[in-house]
Amino acid sequence: MGFIVHDLWLIPVLPALAAGISALLRQGERRLSAGLAIGSMGISLALALCAFVQSLADPGRQVVNFHWMQFGSEWISLGWMLDPLTAVMLVMIAFVGLLIFIYSTCYMAHDANFTRFFCFLSLFAAAMFGVVIANSLLLLFMCWELVGLTSYLLIGFWYHRPAAAAAAKKAFITTRIGDLGLLLGMVWLYSKTGTLLFYDHGAGCLEHGALASLLGAASVAGVPVFNAIALLIFCGAVGKSGQLPLHVWLPDAMEGPTPVSALIHAATMVAAGVYLVARVYPLMSLTPDGIATALKVVAWTGAITAIFAASVAVAQNDIKRILAYSTISQLGYMMLGLGVGGVSVGIFHLITHAFFKALLFLGAGSVIHGCTEEQDIRYLGGLRRFMPITFATYAVGTLALCGFPLLFSGFWSKDAILHAAHGWSVSQVPFYLGVIGALLTAFYMTRQVCYVFFGERREPQTVESPRAPEEICIIADPHESPSTMTAPLAVLAVFAVVLGFINTPAWPWFTSFLLQPEATLASPSPNPMTWNPALDFGRFAEAGLLPLMLLSSLIVLAGLALGWWFYGRKPIIRADDPDALEQLAPPIFHALQKRLYVDELYESTLIPAARWAAHFSAWLDRWVWNGAVSAVRILVTGLGWMDASIDTNAVNAGFDEGCRGVSDGGRLLSHFQNGRVQNYLRVIAAALVLLAALLLWRSAA
Amino acid sequence: MTPLTAYLLISALLFSVGLAGALTRRSAILVLAGIELMLNAANLNFLAFWRFGPHPEALTGFIFVIFSIAVAAAEAAVGLALILAIYRHANTSDVSQIVEMKG
Repeated sequence: MGFIVHDLWLIPVLPALAAGISALLRQGERRLSAGLAIGSMGISLALALCAFVQSLADPGRQVVNFHWMQFGSEWISLGWMLDPLTAVMLVMIAFVGLLIFIYSTCYMAHDANFTRFFCFLSLFAAAMFGVVIANSLLLLFMCWELVGLTSYLLIGFWYHRPAAAAAAKKAFITTRIGDLGLLLGMVWLYSKTGTLLFYDHGAGCLEHGALASLLGAASVAGVPVFNAIALLIFCGAVGKSGQLPLHVWLPDAMEGPTPVSALIHAATMVAAGVYLVARVYPLMSLTPDGIATALKVVAWTGAITAIFAASVAVAQNDIKRILAYSTISQLGYMMLGLGVGGVSVGIFHLITHAFFKALLFLGAGSVIHGCTEEQDIRYLGGLRRFMPITFATYAVGTLALCGFPLLFSGFWSKDAILHAAHGWSVSQVPFYLGVIGALLTAFYMTRQVCYVFFGERREPQTVESPRAPEEICIIADPHESPSTMTAPLAVLAVFAVVLGFINTPAWPWFTSFLLQPEATLASPSPNPMTWNPALDFGRFAEAGLLPLMLLSSLIVLAGLALGWWFYGRKPIIRADDPDALEQLAPPIFHALQKRLYVDELYESTLIPAARWAAHFSAWLDRWVWNGAVSAVRILVTGLGWMDASIDTNAVNAGFDEGCRGVSDGGRLLSHFQNGRVQNYLRVIAAALVLLAALLLWRSAA
Repeated sequence: MTPLTAYLLISALLFSVGLAGALTRRSAILVLAGIELMLNAANLNFLAFWRFGPHPEALTGFIFVIFSIAVAAAEAAVGLALILAIYRHANTSDVSQIVEMKG
């Protein structure tokens, strides 16, 4: 398995090749295009599994670096690496990606631009693999931007819909704001450490030497340099992972096709921000003493995002928007986990979340597919009778997301976060925010399931299909989706349950696997067999653990019960009935339904400011810069005119005059040459006589 | 009057006669004859200056004149040939009518 370290580049390159070939195919070549995408993803999955096995056998960190290009006397190096974090991310992306690719062949089957869709999906997969194998912040950044580009292309896939086109632009521009911070942080880091390689046998920017020099660097305006760099890099993660205050693009990104929402805007791309923080964790946690400021910011941002998005999700009516806010909220939990508990806590939730959130999105896609493109949960209902497989898997996903005790993966990963937050020495507030967020999560998911799958079937609205805007879908009875769509659901449902067991307190296998590279560094004599922890139920007895698990179980059960009390007790009969929560507290519900007016706030403050700045720049450009250029132009034109007039009037006239003089003189002289030979002779004779007279006169004198 | 002066006077007379002929005659052949007279005036000067000069024993002037006569003969041949060609071309040998070489 050793070959895989050197051939790790194949994992991103294969989907990239598939995307390139797909781009050249004709629209009709559907099977070939889907085959290329799925085939390349399958091979990538196999390679990712090889990498995982290699990482299991040797859980240290292996890097392959190479020179890329020269700047003056310095070489910019790129490279890739294999460590447990990369291996886990690779397998997750390849596996979830492959399932979603298969699902998409059915979901997108009627779309005219099928080949384009798979081209973009493959390109996305390639870029995402690139992000996780990169051993250089620069390479990571390049793939990161490529991921952002494919996200833009796929959100705007149905670009003929104005909402989709606007959402694509919004996503691109909002994440760009965060990426500006990342870019600045990267440049600053390079200027301080002289390298962007993460690990380079002791010379990388995340290794001891560079970190020590960062610690020693003078602070700028009262902020230590290492903190400033870490926070700038965190800006990129905030944008990409939809954290406050840059979360606004993610709900709108649901305008894209549902498999895209599942793959990019739930499972993988939005988790890239969390991955980035985990990857640069040595930099994030850099501090002379106590808890790093950057980590405090990460934890607070995550906690506030988690509770904010969970509360907004309570009042949304679009099935995908609820899931989008849920994703933002869960990403907040991951950030909180990274901030308070370290890499393994955050990444564990990232992995479990990727599976159950992909499951929920694909389930939502199945609902939308089966109900003639209806996305508003008020117009769905009673679907459990029509779509039993979708309902069963969706329920599993819901319980996993809520963190239903013991059986589901979400319980273990969320509990790890809450446990870490409880033990955080800085403040207890993030812990309480997380607990309330968990209650809200259970509540809004129950609300959604009650609306969609329970109660009576309600009349759907007539919805325009995004695929053919001119065609109004025929209202038909909802039907279960074909097996190419339900099979991925079933597989994901299995993983949504079992993945929790790889990192229970009794058997913290995942944690010790992820932390192995650092542990290897700490003790110079690694023994490959010792990192694998033994099963030990005694760890449950650790102080405060059991009460905490009991508390979070009660919270989840309370949320589920509350949701059932509001929405499940009496079946919802009519679509235009007011929401149960709306009857209880209309102002709060309306504020939440309007997403707490964040978009409106931006619309009334930042956007006019940006527009004003743009107008000002345009004015500057048009009048000041353009004026300067015009002045130069006028000056040059004037000089040209002057030159031309001097030329025509003075130089030309003088020259003409000279020519005329020569010509006249010639005409005059030509009279002497009249062809009469004897005249010439006469002149010669006269001259002779004159000469003789002169000589005589001279000799006489 | 020394013999040299007498020779020079005769030579000047001969030159004047030749010049007058060359300037006034219209026939190209007579113009050529005038030119030959002027040439012979020059030859006479050569002989006179040689005969009455400081070294009459060296045959310099004599040889010069022999050469000059030979050149004059060739020149007369070329001149007559040109005149014949012009006559064939213009059907006249009147030099006042041949004015094609004007500027």
